[in-house]
Amino acid sequence: MPPTPTPRAAGAGPASAALVDLGFVPTRAKLIEVAAFLDRVERHGVADDYRVEALRNAVRLLADGQPGRAQRILESLSDPTTVPDEVSTGKAAYGAYKSRT
Amino acid sequence: MRYIEPHGHMVSRTTDDYEAMVLAGCQAVCEPAFWAGFDRTSADGFRDYFRQITEYEPARAAKFLLPHFSWLCINPKEAEDLALAADVVALIPEFLAKPNVLGIGEIGLNRNTRNELKVLEWHIDVAVKHDQLILVHTPHLEDKLKGTQLIVDVLKSHPGVKPGRVIIDHVEEHTITRVLDHGFWAGITLYPDSKSSPPRAVDMVEITGGERLWLNSACDWGVSDPLAVPKAALEMRRRGYSADWIDRMLYRNPLQFLSQCPKFRLGEASAG
Repeated sequence: MPPTPTPRAAGAGPASAALVDLGFVPTRAKLIEVAAFLDRVERHGVADDYRVEALRNAVRLLADGQPGRAQRILESLSDPTTVPDEVSTGKAAYGAYKSRT
Repeated sequence: MRYIEPHGHMVSRTTDDYEAMVLAGCQAVCEPAFWAGFDRTSADGFRDYFRQITEYEPARAAKFLLPHFSWLCINPKEAEDLALAADVVALIPEFLAKPNVLGIGEIGLNRNTRNELKVLEWHIDVAVKHDQLILVHTPHLEDKLKGTQLIVDVLKSHPGVKPGRVIIDHVEEHTITRVLDHGFWAGITLYPDSKSSPPRAVDMVEITGGERLWLNSACDWGVSDPLAVPKAALEMRRRGYSADWIDRMLYRNPLQFLSQCPKFRLGEASAG
């Protein structure tokens, strides 16, 4: 997708510094939550759950230095198939893909 | 600040929420038909629900001078039962003339099954036949990517569908361009734990440019926030966006889409 002007170009002056000032501490907290979750499930012996494995794979994308991290992590957690399912396996989704066959 | 809440399940909210939304600048709320948290057992259950969102809920909102609009359908979470779905879809036309009904929604997919797809196609047929706007729900979590593609394919294959009269909701970073690139509108839903946060929503606005986009809270009986849209405005202000830009994203954009239905008219005070 070609780059597009940000809304700021049509509005007020940039406030990029505030992105770090206001965003760092909340984001730091979420990152530590991820780390603590991985420690917790290992400590309790449930780290082989397919969702935890999906999370570990997503963390690798987080640290690969490439852009589009949010999009690529969402894609990594998604059902990669393209054909409709014959029957529903329940109303709720689980957050990571596990083959239903 | 003024804004439109284009997607709120107010039947699940308290009256206090109406007051808080109005005090935050809400000029109108739109209520798509949805899954009530349990499966209804007959079309009569839906008839009562459609009366609730076309008669009772507008009156409750009016006590706070808030215009209330609604959308009609059987939600994909209840679409596995084809016999029930057929009865409910047949019920919809008798409610389309209600003064607050904007169109068909939120239709779509939940677990991406063949039955859900069939019911989605029935809804699209009704919308096209009655020249209604369409609001589409996309699936949750790992099902969203596949479901969004299936939905886009169905809509594109229907000769009567005009993409500019369809909004596909709950987009995230991995689905937003798949919607916008085909000429549809896209909705970004602001949830505390899933879908999008205000900062991520504003990121998507920056990356895509903000055309054919609206932001909504989709507040309902689950973990959700009826003031999520004004909180996204705060995020925009923190990033230095002008008041005019915020007004465009949170008021004029939804107004542009919804005004395609002649019944969506707001008072002089909010015409702007």
